[in-house]
Amino acid sequence: MTVAPSIAVAARPDVERVGLPLLGSVFLIAGTALAYQLLLMRLLSVVHWYPFAAMIVSLALLGHGFSGSLLALCPERARRRFASWYLVCALLFALGMPLAFALAQRIPFNGLELVWDAHQLLWLGLLYLVLSLPFAAAASCFGLAFLRFGAQIPRVYAADLIGAGVGSVCVLLLMLHLRPEHWLPALTVVGALAAALGGWGRVRIAVLLPLAAAAALSCLAVPGSWLTPQPNPYKGLSATLRLPGAQVTMRRSGPLGILDVVESPRVPLRQVPGLSLRASQDPAPQLGVFVDGDGPSPVTDRSGGAASMRYLGETTSAVVYRVVGSPRVLLLGAGGGTPVLQALTLGAAAVDVVETDRVLVDLVRGPLSAFSGALYEDSRVEVRVDDPRNALRGAAESFDLITLSPPDSATGAGGGVSAAADSYLYTVEAMQEVLTVLDDDGVLSVTRWESEPPRASLKLFATAVAALRAAQVTDPGAHLMLIRDWQTSTLLVARRPFDAAAVHAVETFCRALSFELVHAPGRTSLVGSDSDWLTRGVRALMSDRADAFVAEYKFAIAPATDQRPFFHNYFHWGTLPELWRMRGQGAAVLLDSGYLVIAGTLAQAVPTAAVLILLPLWWRRRRAPAGTLLRRISRTRTALYFLALGLAFLFVEIAALSRFTLYLGAPLWSAALVLACMLVCAGVGSALSARWQGRSASVSRVAVGAAFGVVLFELIHAPLFAATAAWPLLAKCALGLGLLGPVALLMGMPFPMGLALLDARAPALVPWAWGINGFASVISALLALILAMHFGYPAVMLAAAGLYACAAWMGR
Amino acid sequence: MTRLRRKHGLSAAIVPGLLLGLASAAGLSVAGTPARSSEHAAESAAAREPSGDSVTMSAAARRAKVDTADTRAARRALLEEINRDARDTAGSTGRARFDAEVMAALGRVPRHAFVPADLAKHAYENRPLPIGHGQTISQPYIVALMTDLLDLEPTSRVLEIGTGSAYQAAVLAELVDKVYTIEIVEPLADAARARMQRLGYDNVELRHADGWYGWPEAAPFDAIIVTAAANAIPPRLIEQLEPGGVLVIPVGAPFMTQHLVRVDKAEDGALSVRRILPVRFVPLTGERD
Repeated sequence: MTVAPSIAVAARPDVERVGLPLLGSVFLIAGTALAYQLLLMRLLSVVHWYPFAAMIVSLALLGHGFSGSLLALCPERARRRFASWYLVCALLFALGMPLAFALAQRIPFNGLELVWDAHQLLWLGLLYLVLSLPFAAAASCFGLAFLRFGAQIPRVYAADLIGAGVGSVCVLLLMLHLRPEHWLPALTVVGALAAALGGWGRVRIAVLLPLAAAAALSCLAVPGSWLTPQPNPYKGLSATLRLPGAQVTMRRSGPLGILDVVESPRVPLRQVPGLSLRASQDPAPQLGVFVDGDGPSPVTDRSGGAASMRYLGETTSAVVYRVVGSPRVLLLGAGGGTPVLQALTLGAAAVDVVETDRVLVDLVRGPLSAFSGALYEDSRVEVRVDDPRNALRGAAESFDLITLSPPDSATGAGGGVSAAADSYLYTVEAMQEVLTVLDDDGVLSVTRWESEPPRASLKLFATAVAALRAAQVTDPGAHLMLIRDWQTSTLLVARRPFDAAAVHAVETFCRALSFELVHAPGRTSLVGSDSDWLTRGVRALMSDRADAFVAEYKFAIAPATDQRPFFHNYFHWGTLPELWRMRGQGAAVLLDSGYLVIAGTLAQAVPTAAVLILLPLWWRRRRAPAGTLLRRISRTRTALYFLALGLAFLFVEIAALSRFTLYLGAPLWSAALVLACMLVCAGVGSALSARWQGRSASVSRVAVGAAFGVVLFELIHAPLFAATAAWPLLAKCALGLGLLGPVALLMGMPFPMGLALLDARAPALVPWAWGINGFASVISALLALILAMHFGYPAVMLAAAGLYACAAWMGR
Repeated sequence: MTRLRRKHGLSAAIVPGLLLGLASAAGLSVAGTPARSSEHAAESAAAREPSGDSVTMSAAARRAKVDTADTRAARRALLEEINRDARDTAGSTGRARFDAEVMAALGRVPRHAFVPADLAKHAYENRPLPIGHGQTISQPYIVALMTDLLDLEPTSRVLEIGTGSAYQAAVLAELVDKVYTIEIVEPLADAARARMQRLGYDNVELRHADGWYGWPEAAPFDAIIVTAAANAIPPRLIEQLEPGGVLVIPVGAPFMTQHLVRVDKAEDGALSVRRILPVRFVPLTGERD
């Protein structure tokens, strides 16, 4: 472990055994803190945008580590006044959650202005500070418990981990069953209960219960409007609500997003991506469904009959219906249902819809059914809630046409805003699966927003070329067609080469509607110009200099794969200096900020963490008398040990989350399952580790065991998951958890064992070590994502194994 | 505005001022006279207004009232920055310099009168600013580029969708006889109307309405500018565009104009779309514009 073996262990008698009420309190606070983190992410995604929400929450977690550093400054006093300090921290945590969010909503931070206005950085800093306070209060409770019950740290840590694991499941239920403005008050009630349990037997009942009850009831005094997330004035929902007479008529919430239905009777909504400049009629009346304030995804009124839907055939996405007649269609994502309506209007024989968000499906099928003309009740339409990849793997029949989520759908919008979001639907492997599910004459159609210089359309084209080449197609260009208008592009990928009739049909369609034919078999060289980057890129990607073109392009357009499923990441480090130099002209908007936000968060977190970790140690070292244990322990090795553990745990967690999302489908529940499994199993591991605590050799052995477990998981999960992909969901869950659980159990041991050993030798440093672990957790999630984006998830897992090996070395 | 002189046969009294403006934008001098800045072109334009046109004179006077030496100096500096940006981005935009009259128009419009009072100190920075109601006043360089892309004549009929603060409408009003502008957000429309009256822009007609339908009574237009980022270009706007006309629209979120789209309607009604990147950027390593 972190202490030189020659140093004698200072015996520090523990005056009392940690009781069940306190363990219950730690359990509840851990669960509530994790729930708060996830709810905050969702609420801030509405107020700001997803990347900023992730950044804010990530840095707010620094409060977790900072509390450890503060406690390290006054360990004796904290131990003596444990009861009152714990109670105060727990109550602050309970009350702080809604108050911090209400206050954060009043901070006028606008992420869109960051490039232009340096003051926005101050507002951002204030957001971090305000939101970090509840995390600091929760972490102080854990730190105090570790200080007070040093020898029983594994039990306290087990309660912490298991609580967090249970919290990760309960928060989903909370999101499904409560309105967003009630989420944080519900956590306040649980937090107040945790405070009462924490003070049980230590604080007089006459003081404790009124305090806890007052805290629980205080949330009733907070106006609902303070806790209702108010979207940034520049988001789609805010803009739409400024239309005369527009109003939110319905709100539904769930773990995948907060959905607002907007009606605008005086100024019709007209969300029709790719509508031709020559469209012959106005769009039919629409309701707008906004997900986390972004959108809208339209729900269309079809009471006007087929004649009023003619415009749906005058969009770029309609081109595919000129190539396949009366198709059986599989829509992987349909948002508010307009793509279904388009398919039916344009002659589809049958439409299967796969949507990820059950809340959205229930909305369209339920209260919006009358408006949409019972679209999902149509005998030709089948709707199911599933993960698109899962649906492809389990498809029992083949289709003439498959379309990926449209740019206005909930899933499409959700993926589009974040470079770091896994997009398993846009990988080479996904496209290969699509090709196997297509009929021999079948076509895949994908419509995306266009950008200039082109990014998504080129990356998609490169992905299609790679998938076709993997399917032994020697001339991919013969299987591809690409058209665009001023703002969208549509790519068609066919199993068989397009024939002349299909090409002619597309040409005629484009000419009639003023769309641009970028590529069709035998046509690319005739259209577009050398100064047009999409045309040049398409030509290059089909040629033998494709690799060179991808390498030289200033955006990341190499195809995404299941190992690196980051389709929406176009960021290229080499381009940063050039665009940053021209930021005054507005060039910074080309940077694709998703990646930069993560890198920027990491850049802010590392020095902050370093200062907060090193400062208390430096301060205490100055004050520690010469010759004391504190002066003689190996601080570097201690720090590295806890840092490595903090990094490694989340590396495995992030990689496992991604792998299980692909394996199990149902991203939401697979995420909850992985989190719960890892945290609970690690908690059990922590509890079991109590029997070996106090020996450096044991600490090293369990760290080696964790490293070995991670490597083993990485080696065997891929073939095992591939072989069992067709198993029923429950069987897959059992297999997956049976594989991950033991690894997590081993991963749960080194930290509490190390902490207990440190408690025996330098107890004052326990909160500091806890703080290091907290900081490492903040950095780890960001670092894991950046590693995965550059090198893929296998590299993340191997790095985790290396970190456990490093911890074993430090813990000798 | 060379087309303007050729097509409309402007009087000899006006031409010298315009010539100087053109020479200035080109960085040239005429007959040994040093090139004059766009601000000077603006002053000449004000000076050449016929004295009999009391409405115009009064308008210029009203605008002059809100100006100070500081704001004029700040505007001059801004114009120089826009000129530099124009030169830098010529490879992407195809325009090494913006039309002298466009620059002169920018030089005459007091941008500080179009932003909230607390942001007036930033009015002459080359950046977008919030104006409330979730709207922004565009970056002056983008305003200049979009205006330039419209290839206006004094007699052009111009329609603007998305009045906002009315800054773009004011710039257009300095260039053409008549500007039609539509704003859907009522408080913005009211504020813009009051502002335009205060500043004497009597050649701007403002309507609080849904821009989707355009302004059929005033159609056809030689140029249409959609200043509000939109998910669709209404086909009715294309219908209301004169053959030979131009439509310009920015693409991107508020504060973040990614690129501009210019739609040209040919004499036979055919449409062509061009994407214009407002920055000097070539996406392939090793290639220069």
